[in-house]
Amino acid sequence: MNIIVCLKQILDPEVPARDFRIDAEKKEAVRGTANLVTNIFCENALETALQLREKTGGRITALVFAPESGEDALRKALAMKADEAVLVINDGHPHPDPLAVAHVLAAAISKIGVFDLVMVGRESGDWGVGQTGGLLAEELGVPCISFVDNLENGTDGLIVTRQTDNGWEKARSTTPLVVTITNNEYNVPRIPKTRDIMMSARQPITRLTLDEIGVDAASIRAGGNYYEIVDISIPVKEVTCEFVTGDSLDERVDQFAKRIIEVTQAL
Amino acid sequence: MDILIISFSNSDYDRAAQGVAGAGRNLATVLGGRLRAVVIGPGNAAMNSRLAAVADEVIVADQAELAEYQPEIFLQALTSICRDAAPAAVLFGNDTYSQELAPRLAHRLSGSAAGDGIELAVDNGAIRVRRSVYGGKAVATIELKRSPAVLWLRARAFEPAPEKDSATAAITRPAVDLSMRAPTQIIERKSEGAGEARLEDARVIISGGRGLGGPEPFADLQDVAGLIGAQLAASRAACDSGWCPPSWQVGQTGKKVAPGLYIAVAIRGASQHMAGISDARVIAAINIDADAPIFKHCRFGIVEDYKNVIPLLKEKLAALQR
Ligand SMILES: Cc1cc2nc3c(=O)[nH]c(=O)nc-3n(C[C@H](O)[C@H](O)[C@H](O)COP(=O)(O)OP(=O)(O)OC[C@H]3O[C@@H](n4cnc5c(N)ncnc54)[C@H](O)[C@@H]3O)c2cc1C
Repeated sequence: MNIIVCLKQILDPEVPARDFRIDAEKKEAVRGTANLVTNIFCENALETALQLREKTGGRITALVFAPESGEDALRKALAMKADEAVLVINDGHPHPDPLAVAHVLAAAISKIGVFDLVMVGRESGDWGVGQTGGLLAEELGVPCISFVDNLENGTDGLIVTRQTDNGWEKARSTTPLVVTITNNEYNVPRIPKTRDIMMSARQPITRLTLDEIGVDAASIRAGGNYYEIVDISIPVKEVTCEFVTGDSLDERVDQFAKRIIEVTQAL
Repeated sequence: MDILIISFSNSDYDRAAQGVAGAGRNLATVLGGRLRAVVIGPGNAAMNSRLAAVADEVIVADQAELAEYQPEIFLQALTSICRDAAPAAVLFGNDTYSQELAPRLAHRLSGSAAGDGIELAVDNGAIRVRRSVYGGKAVATIELKRSPAVLWLRARAFEPAPEKDSATAAITRPAVDLSMRAPTQIIERKSEGAGEARLEDARVIISGGRGLGGPEPFADLQDVAGLIGAQLAASRAACDSGWCPPSWQVGQTGKKVAPGLYIAVAIRGASQHMAGISDARVIAAINIDADAPIFKHCRFGIVEDYKNVIPLLKEKLAALQR
């Protein structure tokens, strides 16, 4: 089984709201002191891929489209025990739209060659667009299943489990296939071993330019063909919390209970 | 230019479908086009006639091949219907199937997609959508550059469409060729908590986080919930720990809820969690840490170990309810 896992590098989404700033001109978040991290759902995807490889064998290629900084995401993927790492260098647009990204990833995947399965995160922790997987499937001309949290090898095809609004569904699918991965209790990304982190620093990373994968770099740099960010702002929402008071815990909980009843009765 | 709204027949004309219809009606009025409703899935006559009182036309896709949701076949059907209708926009709700299909449909129609919209506008003929970004820390306005605009909406954020007294819109059944061999096939479906009201429609929600420390405390929260007619929910951290099913997760990548009262127990209040409860009217919290960000969103709260609060709270609520 040849698996390609696409990883996105993003501004650490754990930055607390009070430290979060917007650059109105660039229409994006101010980096500040925040780290760049791998999007959590992409790590869930890699973890799911690693577990699938344990069951079925095969090779995992980690694929990143990013500026040079994307190397960090690939080193971490290698430390988690991906077999190969490919960086497609984005030397143009700071946040290309999802169609541009899907187009680039599809071209890179064609260049990498044979694949059975492409795994991406369901959405990213920065823009949260949630379209890369679907658009990528269309660019590649293969089917897609979204919100997947488990894959197994069945007798005739892959058995794919995915979350729905109120439960789950199992699908049988031929390959090649694109899946978007969501979190569950079993695909929490593993912490790489120190030894593997050290080894990953010496492993090769394949670097590809947009030219090399046959993508028109100018159109990616220009951007805005699919959609355009018109404005971005931080919403203000001021609520003052009334902490319940009282001399004893009993009194405070009593106050708390009364407030609950007050609100529910007014509904 | 016409607007198409897409409804799945197995979910009835629920609050989400009503919100999508409301958004569609407004857009159709601004653009001077018709509102055309597509109902896809197994036949649902009640829903068709409900929509016939709301939309200007109802397009029903209820062939045998569409009796159960299958992504590739539904996508094929919608692509064919949308190609014929040539709408300015195609609107979906934000359920699993809608989110799965919308980007792919946009690609097949050479349009542009955007999701989780909370507001729609038209500027110089271009469709714009507002959505929250950066895990709920910011809000952006996005202009779609290609037509049609394929949008999935946080449906309950939109007012329902006005309904006429009678179902006057024509109901059509276009012929759609679905004789494809689908490479993927959903073979098993399971819904948890079947029969329970949907979390999205709950009036009161009591939600547990990582600070609960294990699955057992959810049973105590259930007791409290029973006393005030609340439904249970959770943070991602609690779901990822396996203490409750994934369908309980509230937040940016979980359910978007809008209860009158949301009680957060041992939940920090990360922006991604808050992104799911921005439409809650009153938020209250029980947290051991007075500096927890959740309190910045609360109308009232108690700083205390939940273990000390819950047993007492049960007693007090039971007494007050009597
Ligand atoms: C892309 C992305 C999407 C995400 N989507 C979601 C989402 O949809 N929903 C979601 O919830 N999260 C989401 N998250 C995760 C989110 O960032 C937080 O990590 C998560 O919400 C934390 O859950 P928590 O508050 O339960 O846990 P913690 O952050 O660990 O907080 C636990 C809280 O419990 C309190 N506590 C501890 N012990 C006690 C006690 N004995 N009594 C009372 N209080 C106590 C602590 O003071 C603390 O405030 C997402 C993250 C990313 C990056």
